[in-house]
Amino acid sequence: MFKKFSPSSDVSGQTSLKSSVQRSIRSGILSQWKVDPETFEQIWPKKESLTLVKCREHISVYTLHGEPLFFQHFDGPFYPTLRLLHKYPFVLPKVGVDRGAIRFLLAGAHMMCPGMTSKGGYLPPADAALPAGTPVAIQAEGKEHAVGIGLTKLGTEEMKKVNKGVGVETVTYIGDDFWALKTL
Amino acid sequence: MADTEPTSSAQIQPVEVLYCGVCTFPVEYCEFGSHLTKCKEWLHETHPDLYEKYYSEEALHAKLGTLSLEAQEKLEKDTAKKEAKAEAKAEAAQKKKMASQITIKRIERNKRKFVTAVHGLEAFDVDLKKTAKFFAQKFATGASVTKNAQGLDEIVVQGDVSGDIVEMIEDGAGPLKGIPSDNVVEVEEKKKKGGGD
Repeated sequence: MFKKFSPSSDVSGQTSLKSSVQRSIRSGILSQWKVDPETFEQIWPKKESLTLVKCREHISVYTLHGEPLFFQHFDGPFYPTLRLLHKYPFVLPKVGVDRGAIRFLLAGAHMMCPGMTSKGGYLPPADAALPAGTPVAIQAEGKEHAVGIGLTKLGTEEMKKVNKGVGVETVTYIGDDFWALKTL
Repeated sequence: MADTEPTSSAQIQPVEVLYCGVCTFPVEYCEFGSHLTKCKEWLHETHPDLYEKYYSEEALHAKLGTLSLEAQEKLEKDTAKKEAKAEAKAEAAQKKKMASQITIKRIERNKRKFVTAVHGLEAFDVDLKKTAKFFAQKFATGASVTKNAQGLDEIVVQGDVSGDIVEMIEDGAGPLKGIPSDNVVEVEEKKKKGGGD
């Protein structure tokens, strides 16, 4: 989504949000992410007001004091930015890819099932299976921090069964244009 | 979601992540970046203990364990190639930067009235909007960022301030820091007869 992104041509406008909209965003995130309100208070204090940065292809980035916090595609789920995810790694469920896949991931490729079902990869066990269309943090084998954020295209159980093709669609990754952008 | 720790009512402090000063990646991902040698140097200087952790013999061996030798070799080769490429690119960019010119144009608007257009600042990583504001404040006139006929951004300042701008660039005032003053050209443009505004 963010492989190519330049603020000068892709941002169409910035507006500060109505407090009612902010309230719905806050409750939306609290229900979608695995984060409790107290911790979230640190990320986004109640008093602070978010700015909505509208970008091409219906991407909305929400910033606090110019720093992107999370983003959204259409009315889809909220994704944290990678830097935020690094600080609070528990907000999203995790999947892992093996070492061989890191290189491709850092070039913006989607994550294929075999990379996650192999020995170095990680998929949640059957009792914590994720359905398709869940935002996930993509961890890498032998690494501590997440390397990217993705959206599951198949359920995790399905991935294990099919073991072929795209399993997780990469949304943003370390080193893409959105990563390079520290402030908006 | 079973693998994440149970959330308590207390605030969970953010994890501090060390980002590489060279490639901005978290340090453990430097090996996949395009400046590995430089990253290594940087880490060695600033965080020697972490350097040990990531680039010591043992760490390298541990990595090898998970990947076949051939694949590892290929990876290394790729990294070296990428590095060379990135270096060449950076060099070319630097060269281009040195060659690019800043044009300060004095445009006659209405006989004794002038505007000054500054063009080419963006090549030196100058924030045009901020600079325009800076000019407006310094000269107490209007200054704006506009697109010129070629569709490129330039700063237009009201009044004839070309001489002052040249001086400011030489002094490196405000946002104009680090611009080589050799690249500045002054030109004058006279309005053709019959122009309306």
